[in-house]
Amino acid sequence: MIGGLFIYNHKGEVLISRVYRDDIGRNAVDAFRVNVIHARQQVRSPVTNIARTSFFHVKRSNIWLAAVTKQNVNAAMVFEFLYKMCDVMASYFGKISEENIKNNFVLIYELLDEILDFGYPQNSETGSLKTFITQQGIKGQTKEEQSQITSQVTGQIGWRREGIKYRRNELFLDVLESVNLLMSPQGQVLSAHVSGRVVMKSYLSGMPECKFGMNDKIIIDKAGKGGVTNEAGKSTSGKQSIAIDDCTFNQCVRLSKFDSERSISFIPPDGEYELMRYRTTKDIILPFRVIPLVREVGRTKLEVKVVIKSNFKPSLLAQKIEVRIPTPLNTSGVQVICMKGKAKYKASENAIVWKIKRMAGMKESQISAEIELLPTNDKKKWARPPISMNFEVPFAPSGLKVRYLKVFESKLNYSDHDVIKWVRYIGRSGIYETRC
Amino acid sequence: MPAVSKGDGMRGLAVFISDIRNCKSKEAEIKRINKELANIRSKFKGDKALDGYSKKKYVCKLLFIFLLGHDIDFGHMEAVNLLSSNKYTEKQIGYLFISVLVNSNSELIRLINNAIKNDLSSRNPTFMCLALHCIANVGSREMAEAFAGEIPRILVAGDTMDSVKQSAALCLLRLYKASPDLVLMGEWTSRVVHLLNDQHMGVVTAAISLITCLSSKNPDEFKTCVSLAVSRLSRIVSSASTDLQDYTYYFVPAPWLSCKLLRLLQCYPPPEDGAVKGRLVECLETILNKAQEPPKSKKVQHSNAKNAILFEAISLIIHYDSEPNLLVRACNQLGQFLQHRETNLRYLALESMCTLASSEFSHEAVKTHIETVINALKTERDVSVRQRAADLLYAMCDRSNAKQIVAEMLSYLETADYSIREEMVLKVAILAEKYAVDYSWYVDTILNLIRIAGDYVSEEVWYRVIQIVINRDDVQGYAAKTVFEALQAPACHENMVKVGGYILGEFGNLIAGDPRSSPLVQFNLLHSKFHLCSVPTRALLLSAYIKFINLFPETKATIQEVLRSDSQIRNSDVELQQRAVEYLKLSSIASTDVLATVLEEMPPFPERESSILAKLKKKKGPGAVSVELEDGKERGELNGGGDRGGDAAIAASNASTPSPSADLLGLRSTAPVSGTTPSAGSLLVDVFSEAGPSATSAGVNDDGFLSSAPPTVASEDPAPPLPESDELLNKFVCKNNGVLFENQLLQIGIKSEYRQNLGRMYLFYGNKTSVQFVSFNTTVSCPGELQSQLNVQTKTVEPLVEGGAQVQQVINIECLTDFIDAPLLNIKFRYGGALQNISLKLPVTINKFFQPTEMAAADFFQRWKQLSQPQQEAQKIFKASHGMDTEVLKAKLLGLGTALLENVDPNPENYVCAGVIQTKAQQVGCLLRLEPNAQAQPGEQMYRLTLRSSKDTVSQRVCDLLAEQF
Repeated sequence: MIGGLFIYNHKGEVLISRVYRDDIGRNAVDAFRVNVIHARQQVRSPVTNIARTSFFHVKRSNIWLAAVTKQNVNAAMVFEFLYKMCDVMASYFGKISEENIKNNFVLIYELLDEILDFGYPQNSETGSLKTFITQQGIKGQTKEEQSQITSQVTGQIGWRREGIKYRRNELFLDVLESVNLLMSPQGQVLSAHVSGRVVMKSYLSGMPECKFGMNDKIIIDKAGKGGVTNEAGKSTSGKQSIAIDDCTFNQCVRLSKFDSERSISFIPPDGEYELMRYRTTKDIILPFRVIPLVREVGRTKLEVKVVIKSNFKPSLLAQKIEVRIPTPLNTSGVQVICMKGKAKYKASENAIVWKIKRMAGMKESQISAEIELLPTNDKKKWARPPISMNFEVPFAPSGLKVRYLKVFESKLNYSDHDVIKWVRYIGRSGIYETRC
Repeated sequence: MPAVSKGDGMRGLAVFISDIRNCKSKEAEIKRINKELANIRSKFKGDKALDGYSKKKYVCKLLFIFLLGHDIDFGHMEAVNLLSSNKYTEKQIGYLFISVLVNSNSELIRLINNAIKNDLSSRNPTFMCLALHCIANVGSREMAEAFAGEIPRILVAGDTMDSVKQSAALCLLRLYKASPDLVLMGEWTSRVVHLLNDQHMGVVTAAISLITCLSSKNPDEFKTCVSLAVSRLSRIVSSASTDLQDYTYYFVPAPWLSCKLLRLLQCYPPPEDGAVKGRLVECLETILNKAQEPPKSKKVQHSNAKNAILFEAISLIIHYDSEPNLLVRACNQLGQFLQHRETNLRYLALESMCTLASSEFSHEAVKTHIETVINALKTERDVSVRQRAADLLYAMCDRSNAKQIVAEMLSYLETADYSIREEMVLKVAILAEKYAVDYSWYVDTILNLIRIAGDYVSEEVWYRVIQIVINRDDVQGYAAKTVFEALQAPACHENMVKVGGYILGEFGNLIAGDPRSSPLVQFNLLHSKFHLCSVPTRALLLSAYIKFINLFPETKATIQEVLRSDSQIRNSDVELQQRAVEYLKLSSIASTDVLATVLEEMPPFPERESSILAKLKKKKGPGAVSVELEDGKERGELNGGGDRGGDAAIAASNASTPSPSADLLGLRSTAPVSGTTPSAGSLLVDVFSEAGPSATSAGVNDDGFLSSAPPTVASEDPAPPLPESDELLNKFVCKNNGVLFENQLLQIGIKSEYRQNLGRMYLFYGNKTSVQFVSFNTTVSCPGELQSQLNVQTKTVEPLVEGGAQVQQVINIECLTDFIDAPLLNIKFRYGGALQNISLKLPVTINKFFQPTEMAAADFFQRWKQLSQPQQEAQKIFKASHGMDTEVLKAKLLGLGTALLENVDPNPENYVCAGVIQTKAQQVGCLLRLEPNAQAQPGEQMYRLTLRSSKDTVSQRVCDLLAEQF
């Protein structure tokens, strides 16, 4: 039960204010501005309690979205809603910026009226929202269209309307993963996990039934036990099945079926959507290894050498590699030498940033830097923050593989073979840090 | 200040600041600052020397970054370098950085001090001023140490510029406030005082602040400033408004200086020199006259300045409190302000009048404004002004106008602000009691008070009403009637129910004759409130019911029914349940006679007992309870109407009466009345202490053997006890036999034995000479309180003691209750015609009545814990005056009369004893623990002695006695 929803710009001016419940007054707007946006100390917590009122906020570039309530709500639900709200707005008018919000404020109010009723989240599926909340208005619609909308909004399958037709039945499937790592200077993995998403874009006619299969350990084992593909399963899955720690699905997935048979079957929404999210912690392929070497030469000099090694098939190319080496706060000058890519000392971020455009697997590269320090009377020692890294690789670091994605449409006469399917794997770095 | 030259704009700084202002987010700002810091670091690091301008610019940037809230850990050196620059702006920035950012960093402080020293000795006034400002801004101890000697010299030097003098005076003031011990005026004093005569008004203004501060600390040294200040003041006051040019502010000549002068004069009593005094009075009159003149300007600044001087003058007049004429004039002037348009003026006028009301000269004058003040209380919009009005009403109240003022305050209370209600209630209660001529009026007032502002009426107030009603037969009937009427209101405050319950329970019979307030009506009225009250009130009401049964037998059935109901007899609250059960049984078993005895009317309270004594009693209370547990129980059930709750409540009210008056003192401190505070504040104390000063002194006299022996023998006064008699006494704490006293003539031996609370003592008087003593006479007396604590009987001795002979005297001692002092023994005889008169203390101490008690470790600790209240424990830590020989210690502890308990304390080094002191009135259990630190060096051996007993005086006394023994 969200009491109200406010959108602020970076100065704390209210761009959008929608109050759903009487217990939230105008003063709540100011309270959040004063205590969070303009707080002397940066507020890190996404939930703030001010005078028995809870504020849940997310920040998108310079825009603050804050949900306000006086009740004891499910915080996870509120944040899920806020993220969904961001997605919906982004799909309507692109980037969430002050400019865009000001230009679309009528639309945003219309959306807020639709997706929250008395503070309870309602249908927030972009696909279906777009059928009746358009930037042009819905004047021109006929009676049939209106009744269609009604049946769709109230019907069982809220995320897909009837009668979609495509000449080419196409399906895009992206496995997007971000790999997080914390490694000790000696190369010991302190913590690592992968959080991944399966994002689909489907352009399919009618009401197709889809079935998705991946190399999840439990499914494979189950299939193995069932004895259907006993031999083949063992030989292929031996090492390649992965253990998924937890996963969540889009609302279209039949959870009952997943629970009973571990099979992921669903009627897909039209257009782009996120089919599932998952997390793994075992047997992660770490695409890069960072080997730091920091030497303090007296009080006024520091020598840093960092080697990065790529650890994947030589045929694959990693992209957008960026290594960020923090420098002490009293740095007064930096000299950098690197073989590959470009490196620069960024004073504003207190770090040396080393960028490499491309790097093949099983290679290594090195950077060395000399940092001059200004002696200070401060006795505090430099805390040595970890070296962090960003990259993008064309495989899934968790080892997840898509085994199949079958499409059945009984009413229309196209079969699984007629659907054109595209699968893509992208592994990105999350928080990928090595202590030095 | 030199004009900023063209190159000093510092474009880089302006760009940086505007960059930061334009940052859209905190992150962007931090990024920009990091970048700038890196830039400055590289600049400062750079091997080529920076020129003054860029150094100044970067230091400025650092300062700005610091002021934005970021840490700066470098750049101090550069700032210090700037100090030695010759350019004003560079020096200024350097000083600014240092006054903002420098902490007590040893090496830098030295450099900074050096630079400051250079600037102080330069002859350039702007540099000197900068240095002085820096010293004042930092104001640290180090600075004071370095410059406290230097600055006074600058201040009084003849060739110092006026502006520098000003800065020096204020700088010195700051250092003096920060570390007064380092600023020693000594030889400079007179020259500083003479700055009051300085030509330059600015210097005088600055100097007077310094002098006011210094003279408030040591007024004698600066006494000479009074006459100078008066003459200066008279010059200013009599000057035409145009004389002082720059220092005339909206037609008022030097208002700040005048105020400061007047304030300085308030540090001193009225001048003794007639001429000076005459001049001062003239000044004050002129100021009062000027207030009457039509304003020269309509601007608010003009009237503000004028009034500031006027109010300061009035506070001086009040401070002197010796000029009736001026006081009355001041009062009249303030009276005009009472109706002024300006709220602040009304506030100030009321505030000053409060102080005027306390002066004997102007009290009557203040009273003439009563109508206005009452009006202000009612109609004023500003709550703080209303508060002042209430204060003033309180201050001007006396017997003549008490009724009016109390009535007004009561009527105001209904609409008063919540913030001042409690204070108002207390004031009304105090005034009502203080000026009550007629107790029915008092009862009315307080009941009204409870009705109007029940929530704010503290316990003490209604306790006091009950005390007064019980002690005054003449108001009891009236009180019962009034209370009965008050209770008939559909909603009444719980405090009212409490008073009602108590008074009807006691005096309901006085109004029972009237059919409208027949017993049953009374009961039903009370019982209708029962369910709305809290537990303590219900308990009180139950007690009232049982009293009803006694007063009106006809209500017995009804009340028993109520008591028998499940909601009483099975109440979940233990207290209520117990009362219900006990009262029910009492009413059904006991005969009317017994009931009448048990539920007899409450005895009058010990009228106006000293609050100090009450406090003392409260302290004793819990200890006595545990001792008198048994008979306490009996009394609790049979005596005093079984009204233990009520008893305790009243006792508590006695005990805690000091608190409202203390509160009041606290509250009064908001009012600026210094004169009235003592009398008004301690009013409740006064009320209580009127009667019994003797009781007070008796209660407080706990100072052991400091004997003030009362004259008991008619013929010749006994001599004061020998100075060493205390020591003699200590000798006998742990032993019963020995030589008490010996001189060339006489030896007194002693032998004593004690059993329970009785003791027998044999005194042997030995004549050491060969000549006989004639008219030998001994008397034993018990000074003061001791008379009631100890019963001493002596047998007379033969008046003739032959040379070399010994006579024996037997003394029987009975201990009635615990005691502190020792009885005095006075011996008189004639030896060769000369009268010998010797006074001694008999070694009868409380520990003699110890009965040893053996107990096991578990028992001991259980009892030890039972006696855990702070007042039951006495502890002493003291140095060992003798060695720590185990056997000696044991012997002494046994000699004390207690049982030495072995294997009780976990630490074998400690000694633990237990005993019961037998007195006729009671037995006091006493536990003792002695902890030596035997391992310590012989010189540093200490004991810790802890005593716990069921009576605090006993603990303390035994502890004191015993501490002398080791």
